[in-house]
Amino acid sequence: MILVSVETPAHERDGAALAVLQLVGVRKTFGSFTAVEDINLDIYDGEFLTVVGPSGSGKTTLLRMLAGMERPTAGNITLRGMLINDVPSNKRPTCLVFQSLALFPHKTVGDNIEFPLKVKKMSRAERRRRALELIRLMRLPESYYSKNVTTCSGGEQQRVALARALAYDPDILFFDEPLSALDYKLKKAMEKELKDLHRATGKTFVYITHSLEEAMVMSDRIAVMRAGRFVQVGTPDEIYSRPANRFVAEFIGDVNVFGVKKDANGGWVFEDDGGSVEVALPPGLADAREAAVVVRPEFLRFIDEPSQASNAIKGTVYNEYALGSRIQYEVRSGDRTLLVELSRANAWTGGLDQPVIVGWDASDAIVVKG
Amino acid sequence: MAEISSAAMTGLDERKPLHLALPAGLRCASPVLVVLLLGFLAPLLTVAAYAFATPRTFEAFSSFTLANFATIFNPANTVWSSFAWSLFLAAMTVVLLAIVCYPIAYGLTRLFGKWAGFVSVLFVFPLFVSENVRLYGWVLFFIKNGVLDGTLKWLGLSGGPEVLYTPGIVLFGMVYTYLPFMLFPMTLGLAMVPRDVVDAAADFGASRFMIWREIELPLAMPGILIGALLTFVIAAGAVAESQILGGQTIITVTHDIETAFTYSQNWPLGSALAVLLMVIVSGLSLFVMSKLDLDRILGRR
Repeated sequence: MILVSVETPAHERDGAALAVLQLVGVRKTFGSFTAVEDINLDIYDGEFLTVVGPSGSGKTTLLRMLAGMERPTAGNITLRGMLINDVPSNKRPTCLVFQSLALFPHKTVGDNIEFPLKVKKMSRAERRRRALELIRLMRLPESYYSKNVTTCSGGEQQRVALARALAYDPDILFFDEPLSALDYKLKKAMEKELKDLHRATGKTFVYITHSLEEAMVMSDRIAVMRAGRFVQVGTPDEIYSRPANRFVAEFIGDVNVFGVKKDANGGWVFEDDGGSVEVALPPGLADAREAAVVVRPEFLRFIDEPSQASNAIKGTVYNEYALGSRIQYEVRSGDRTLLVELSRANAWTGGLDQPVIVGWDASDAIVVKG
Repeated sequence: MAEISSAAMTGLDERKPLHLALPAGLRCASPVLVVLLLGFLAPLLTVAAYAFATPRTFEAFSSFTLANFATIFNPANTVWSSFAWSLFLAAMTVVLLAIVCYPIAYGLTRLFGKWAGFVSVLFVFPLFVSENVRLYGWVLFFIKNGVLDGTLKWLGLSGGPEVLYTPGIVLFGMVYTYLPFMLFPMTLGLAMVPRDVVDAAADFGASRFMIWREIELPLAMPGILIGALLTFVIAAGAVAESQILGGQTIITVTHDIETAFTYSQNWPLGSALAVLLMVIVSGLSLFVMSKLDLDRILGRR
């Protein structure tokens, strides 16, 4: 049984938001394989929702059902109150930006963007005007109108795909990891551009990715998916500071996770062979016998005396990793490996293989189900 | 000692074996080059030489005359009609095959799934049997009191249609014989159409027809064109269909060439016909290819 906590999004608490797309008990099976199981979700008008999960978690199948390219085996999908389970993609006011972008390789940038307008039987002059408008919106040179799309760079093709999707003027835009093929720097820039585009257009964006980092940057809400189910749905802040379980906590990135269990006195001790060390933890999971403690590397620090923090572990510095403005240290303590992250100004100067005491405060630890 | 060995080395350098004097690429290509020169270029040059030799002689390379071409272009002769038949039948074969093969190719790439391989083998299978044998099979099928006619009569019906020895049956034979040559390049062309691109077009609300016209057809065009060109070139040289199924109601140009080389022992005339056919077919192919912007079709502008 996986704990699912569905948080109320900020804009719904304001009382203004409406569910534009509703999923109730959605399930999808391929033969004996269940790709998506019991998905319940309200997607609100104008929000940027990201579904994030490792490969094989069913996120792409979920998106294809939302876009009308797969039919749910069970459950209902409603768009503004209308049941759309069996409505094919070409009859839905939604648009999918493919992972491959799916640009028309034999057409120019202009013809690619104009395709949805051609479907709508818009006049040639009007199509051209719209396409040029979108080319400008995407900050591409206007001369690109007659450029063949295959000769554009990766980032430019990305923009053309977005412009084409916007030309369709859909109610909801779906994205299937469209940034995954870009290099790191371009990806970072495009993430921000996408978020700006979301603000500029005010449309509902539903985004799929395997990178929680990407999701954090862009989203209003994140749904973390694992093995076909939602593990947690919430704002980036909620996912980051209150992960529902160990899986979500580890998915976000570098974290220190310790297994702990209750001893005879009702206090928490480390579960592993590192000795029966008592751990001071914030309240929570009072009735559980076992739990996991999540402490982010930035909450760990080097201390001189164990009394300087509510928790302290002795170890030696094994390695250091420069992360730009911050430096990460790998500290080994018996079988345990701890990650300590310090700002460059407070960098550790003691060198490698030196004994240290790593400390953290109980209030910075998060207790989750194991 | 050192001096001696260095002198020996220099000596070896000067007497470098001949095969090392040729670049590696040329050495590797030489077997193919020899085969092409002897097996491809030599016969071609011989035919070209015969085309300008004195009629009804074997004086290739030693005589020069345009008399053979004069014979061909003489309106009193009927050779032009065999050219016309050959080119017309080849063009019709291409058109009919394009229509017949498109649905099969579409099925092979999109619909048949795990059966696609089996269906492909079924289409290749007839190629294992000699073309003439297969055509005689059709004769047995269509001939009076043959498979079709006989069965219908046995069932008490009026008997089969008399299609044998008509231009229509020749065309049928050609479509039947050259089907794989159109089908497989076309299937390859259709397989080159990315699934996502078609899905994206549908996502924008495009109708099935619009997707076909705007996306599928242009993207599959390289394969279709290669198939069309291949079938046209082979079909223009077809002879067995008109001889066996057509019973010589139609004389194709290849038949004329064969007759010139065999019965009439007029090698120069046969060669002239062959050269002319070659010029027309290759000229037509190059013209069509130059009209079609292949780079644009392949998205490499």
